[in-house]
Amino acid sequence: MAPSYNAKEEDGHQPGATGHGGAGTMTNKKPDNTAFKQQRLPAWQPILTAGTVLPAFFVIGLIFIPIGFILIVYGLTLLIDYTGVDMSSPCYNCSQSYSWNNTQSCTCSVHFSLDQPFESNVFMYYGLSNFYQNHRRYVKSRDDSQLNGDKTSLQYHICTLNRCSKECEPYRSSDKPIAPCGAIANSLFNDTLELYYIDPNGSRTAIPLVKKGIAWWTDKHVKFRNPSGNNNLTVVFQGTSKPVNWRKPVFELDPLDSDNNGFINEDFIVWMRTAALPTFRKLYCIIQKKPNNMTPTLPRGEYILEVTYNYPVRSFDGRKRMILSTISWMGGKNPFLGIAYITVGSVCFCLGLVLLSIHYRYGKRNNSAEISS
Amino acid sequence: MGSLLSQLGLECGGKDVREKERHLRANDRELNLSYKYADNAIKTSKYNIFTFLPLNLFEQFQRLANAYFLFLLCLQSIPEVSSLPWYTTVVPLVLVLSMTMAKDSSDDMNRHRCDKQVNNRKVEILIGGELQSEKWMDVQVGDIIKLENNQFVTADLLLLSSSEPLNLVYIETAELDGETNLKVKQALTVTGKLEDSIEKLANFNGEVRCEPPNNRLDKFTGTLTLNGETYSLDNERILLRGCTLRNTQWCFGLVVFGGPDTKLMQNCGRTTFKRTSIDRLMNVLVLNIFGFLMIMCLILAIGNGIWEYQEGSKFAAFLPKGVNAPFSAFLTFWSYVIILNTVVPISLYISVEIIRLGNSFYINWDRKMYYPKSDTPAEARTTTLNEELGQIKYIFSDKTGTLTQNIMTFNKCSINGKSYGELLDFSGQRVEINEKTEKVDFSWNNLADPKFCFHDNSLVEEVREGNPEVQAFFRLLALCHTVMPEEKKEGELYYQAQSPDEGALVTAARNFGFVFRSRTPERITVVEMGELVTYELLAVLDFNNVRKRMSVIVRSPEGKLTLYCKGADTIIFERLNPSCSNLTEVTTEHLNEFAGEGLRTLALAYKDIDPEYMEDWKLRHHEANTAMDEREEKLDALYEEIEKGLQLLGSTAVEDKLQDGVPQTIEQLSKADIKIWVLTGDKQETAENIGYSCNMLRDEMNEVFIVSANTAEEVRKELQTARRKMTPDGTEEPTVKKSRSGLFCLLKTETVADEPVNGEYAMVINGHSLAFALEKDMEMELLRTACMCQTVICCRVTPLQKAQVVELVKKYKQAVTLAVGDGANDVSMIKAAHIGVGISGQEGMQAVLSSDYSFAQFRYLQRLLLVHGRWSYLRMCKFLRYFFYKNFTFTFVHFWYGFFCGFSAQTVYDEWFITLYNLVYTALPVLSLSLLDQDVNDWWSFQYPQLYTPGQLNQYFSKRAFVYTVLHSGYSSLVLFFIPWAAMYDTVRDDGKEIVDYQSFALLAQTCLLIAVSIQLGLDTHYWTAVNQFFLWGSLSVYFAVIFTMYSNGMFLTLISSFPFIGTARNSLNQPNVWLTMLLTSILCVLPVVAYRFLRILLWPTINDKVRYKVRQDKVLPPAPRRVQARRTSTRRSGYAFSHAQGYGDLVTSGKFLRRTPKSRPALFSQTDSPLAQTQPQSYRTISEWEEPPLSP
Repeated sequence: MAPSYNAKEEDGHQPGATGHGGAGTMTNKKPDNTAFKQQRLPAWQPILTAGTVLPAFFVIGLIFIPIGFILIVYGLTLLIDYTGVDMSSPCYNCSQSYSWNNTQSCTCSVHFSLDQPFESNVFMYYGLSNFYQNHRRYVKSRDDSQLNGDKTSLQYHICTLNRCSKECEPYRSSDKPIAPCGAIANSLFNDTLELYYIDPNGSRTAIPLVKKGIAWWTDKHVKFRNPSGNNNLTVVFQGTSKPVNWRKPVFELDPLDSDNNGFINEDFIVWMRTAALPTFRKLYCIIQKKPNNMTPTLPRGEYILEVTYNYPVRSFDGRKRMILSTISWMGGKNPFLGIAYITVGSVCFCLGLVLLSIHYRYGKRNNSAEISS
Repeated sequence: MGSLLSQLGLECGGKDVREKERHLRANDRELNLSYKYADNAIKTSKYNIFTFLPLNLFEQFQRLANAYFLFLLCLQSIPEVSSLPWYTTVVPLVLVLSMTMAKDSSDDMNRHRCDKQVNNRKVEILIGGELQSEKWMDVQVGDIIKLENNQFVTADLLLLSSSEPLNLVYIETAELDGETNLKVKQALTVTGKLEDSIEKLANFNGEVRCEPPNNRLDKFTGTLTLNGETYSLDNERILLRGCTLRNTQWCFGLVVFGGPDTKLMQNCGRTTFKRTSIDRLMNVLVLNIFGFLMIMCLILAIGNGIWEYQEGSKFAAFLPKGVNAPFSAFLTFWSYVIILNTVVPISLYISVEIIRLGNSFYINWDRKMYYPKSDTPAEARTTTLNEELGQIKYIFSDKTGTLTQNIMTFNKCSINGKSYGELLDFSGQRVEINEKTEKVDFSWNNLADPKFCFHDNSLVEEVREGNPEVQAFFRLLALCHTVMPEEKKEGELYYQAQSPDEGALVTAARNFGFVFRSRTPERITVVEMGELVTYELLAVLDFNNVRKRMSVIVRSPEGKLTLYCKGADTIIFERLNPSCSNLTEVTTEHLNEFAGEGLRTLALAYKDIDPEYMEDWKLRHHEANTAMDEREEKLDALYEEIEKGLQLLGSTAVEDKLQDGVPQTIEQLSKADIKIWVLTGDKQETAENIGYSCNMLRDEMNEVFIVSANTAEEVRKELQTARRKMTPDGTEEPTVKKSRSGLFCLLKTETVADEPVNGEYAMVINGHSLAFALEKDMEMELLRTACMCQTVICCRVTPLQKAQVVELVKKYKQAVTLAVGDGANDVSMIKAAHIGVGISGQEGMQAVLSSDYSFAQFRYLQRLLLVHGRWSYLRMCKFLRYFFYKNFTFTFVHFWYGFFCGFSAQTVYDEWFITLYNLVYTALPVLSLSLLDQDVNDWWSFQYPQLYTPGQLNQYFSKRAFVYTVLHSGYSSLVLFFIPWAAMYDTVRDDGKEIVDYQSFALLAQTCLLIAVSIQLGLDTHYWTAVNQFFLWGSLSVYFAVIFTMYSNGMFLTLISSFPFIGTARNSLNQPNVWLTMLLTSILCVLPVVAYRFLRILLWPTINDKVRYKVRQDKVLPPAPRRVQARRTSTRRSGYAFSHAQGYGDLVTSGKFLRRTPKSRPALFSQTDSPLAQTQPQSYRTISEWEEPPLSP
């Protein structure tokens, strides 16, 4: 082993310097003796040893597998595709005879049955696939300030220098400002879904669908606001035109609940929260658990889904679905995550075993090996 | 950021019209001004207040990275293309530009200050018949100026007259060439007559015609026409700017070149900008990354075209059709160029600079590289080369002043068959001499030199008892030399010796009571044991290379004539009187002993001379001396005749003191597999001797090849013989691997493979042979042979050859080279090598000024390389690997997302996250990693120098490592995109609302990414200090703080369009699903890495792993075993202790130098204090090439 020469010089100038003219007065260039400058900061130096790595693998394995099972077990989901691609599909006719400008609505009803009762609150979603709500041009095409109730964006329809809803391209008419403007709003999902339970005796019972409480609180109360000044939305939105694809103006979106109109219509808000992926689902309504009732929210049996078929998706090979789902404490049923956890946990455990055996076989050899020069 | 120095030269000497000849007339400003020669003002600054901004910006945008970001900015201003808001590019770019700008402006301010200071120096100019004090910048060509002692020479002057006899002036040229010894310049006799008469000078109207400005320091041609007569001018008459006037009261000079035309300024600015191999690799990689980026963008653009064609056209009801598919693809291409630009982020360059700067500061701060005796800390003069220090394969070292201290100490002697200097204890055993050993007390001699130490008391006793041989021995040492004494105060003697050996011998004599006090051309005054004795000096038979001896002939006060001679033992022994054969034998034994200890020996002899013979000889000597032809030969014959039949007195042994720790350092470095070549101007014997004493040459080596042939063929033969001896079955043709590298593969490189050798060999080659060997057709032979040897020593090499050797290795070995030296003759080598290290020693500052690193002691080199270099390399590599990993992962996620968003260049992350990712969230943790990390501490680095070898082999960061990094980040990005994708697309929140909206997904993806890269950083960190922890956790906390702030109601309501992510953090991060996904992605990112690393440590541990394991095992450091260096028992005869240069004999006897009364004699060679300390020098880097070796005047 080689001696290092530094021991002698470890701390400066005791022996040599004092004899050398005036050393005591001028040795100021000597660097400071701080742990940082001398790179001697106290530190923890972990290394990957069998003692730390192997237990970690086993622990991860043991934690992940049960989590995975929990994720798989809870939650129920039912999925019904009502696009009407096949001739046999009840909505086939509606899907064929479609155009945006149809004044007559086409309805179709889809029969389905539940093998299991859905307990507690049931959530009803509409799902679209191959629908690029995340396309850059689409995502950009909205005006958040308009949706936040900025009146100026309603009044000035001509693009001025500082206040120009470039965001709303290309849905920006030249005479009247559109409210709400932009491609996202323009393509608002407008199918109506209704659900009926068919009693064993054959009668249809409409299931109450609650359309409130389906949007984020922050969206409903902060991000989206109707233009203020007047409670009468008809007056507020005067001088604006509806989006070209819409059948009703924005202040008539919910004919039943006047508080659910304008920009704060919850269906609208849900739609405006664009999806990240081309296949997505959006909350349509909630089927609330009946209070003081021991019967399940949706008992086992036959159901009919009544669809007012307005929304065209066939042109781009899109699919429309209705999804019913119950929720566990950690969210909706998530089979992927569950399986992933089980898989990763098992792989971890097995890897731990493999590494352990390798360690027993070769570990001794290398650790005792001397460092060759 | 380092290109500033290279820019420095642009300002000096740029002229549109090259003048062919310079013509000027003294005291005729009108005529001289008509030529429009440059005046004496200099300007090294680059900017002024008005030009700073445009010029600096222009320069900065010349840099590829900045220009690229400007281009991105332009792209972003096109709405159809812009996929990211402007601030994602502007914020980093402005930050980088302003940081560089601040640095440039402070640099330039310094230059301004420096220029101003130099330009405002005062000098006396002769204007209108009287001397006026003017600023330097107002000096014009053709002015006559007066310089006084210790002043800097204002401009390049033609020397007119001086205060000294024979119109001599003495100048110090340390600023120009680094040599601190004084040089003599002499004025023409005709101008010398002007003396200091202002009237005569004012009427002087000589006309000078001379060469145009150039950068040759050693050459000047011109003529002076005065009163119709023409005198030729050469370099002897010219004082160059940058020199300092010494020992001359005043002198007058005519300004020939001013300011930018001076040779000093013409020489500046040829500094080449050094880049590290990592830099070069990075350039290549960055270019490849650009190519890669383009491919990714192209794929996505094509994807977009197809999508627009197939889907987009049908989707038109929802997403209005923009443009046709090909044009959309074209726009998308540029959009993706913007989005994916993070593969080469601008912060990479800035971080690299910061890391290098930090590691340079560590070098400056290192107390273990601080030399208290001269109060010099180590200094990293270049801040851009640090990691290269961890990759050195070849070290080229100077000898004198670098390996050795250039201090000679009189250590031992043998007088009349008795050896002195050895210390024996009572039982007769030899005692090891160290610092604590008691020194001989010289207090009886009030003229003794207090710094002299000797340990053997018996010699003093003999001298004081009056032993005639011992006295004669020291008398000889006090008389036979060419040393110049200087007595500033009564009793305070300083010797100025031409070679340090001589100084040591005369000092020894002085301490033993034979004090050489003063000399005139005819006399030498010596204080012999307190008595003043004056000898008449009859002749000095000077030293030269052939004679290898010198003699003096003196007449003692009693009238006795004696010849004293000292010289190489073999030479002296040939000329001894046969009567001393017994003594010769004993002395030879002692000489062998001395030589075995690595001491430099001299034999001393004397001879009494018959006065009559002397008369005759002197006559003939005079004749020979004045002979017109064959003077040398005649003199030699005369010397030969008189130096015969000598009586042997004894021998001296002088130690050429090695610097502290040199053998240990060399041993350590060679353990680190670094090859050390010594390139010295010294003689072969001296060099070999030093080679032995610092353990580079060892007796147990199989063979030491000496190459010293006189013709090219012989050299080739010797080299081949040596090579065949080392590898008898080796191939005749070298294995040359040709490859292309560099940007665009334009650089052709040839690499000569290392050849295996059995056993240890060394090679010593002298300068003459080297000149042949460096020829084009033989350089390969030299390289192969030399590289097989453990040690290579080149002696008698010129500075140019030093550089050539370095270039040779650089060219064919593709290895990183380091040159270390301390003198002006090392400058070329220091500049040629990848890294130049200057030892701030005694030989002036020239080497330090052109070096990249400087410190005071050779031994600090091991710390610089094995600790700082290794760490810097490790850190830089870790940084690069991690940085590329983190950014590639970041970017690849976008790539994958492209397939899910119709290739529309939609970003995965929030735009603010993109802006802040590199600048805020990951900046500090990675900086702390790359500034603080160390695998093992310095102590262990010294214990296992083998830890250094991975750097030499480029193991930590290479193209291979880069590919591994890319694959790794490819995997991570797959995990980071597809796990959230799969986990989210089919699920909902715990309140039934959808979770897979764009904003929540963006938040999830970016949080997963940040956590994964943070964990990866943790895995890469070997040295967890509090700072690392703080920055890592701090950055994560800052991230969460920032997202909660940015996604808050307040921010949204203030700036609706900039913060649309309102509420996302609150609504997303309370979901168990989200956290479970993050956990899964992190585990999946980390797991394979941990398993792989664990397996690698288990199955194929590297040296680092082993040492780290050992460190963990041995918590307590065992005491370092100090090995006592074994005494060599070699019988090799050591070299001759004379400088190889011709002595000062001529000067001593000519009287040129000895011109005043001894009382007021100024220092001839005033080295007592550093002249630099007295006045601030002009600080320019000068001289890039040497035409002539300055060693042999």
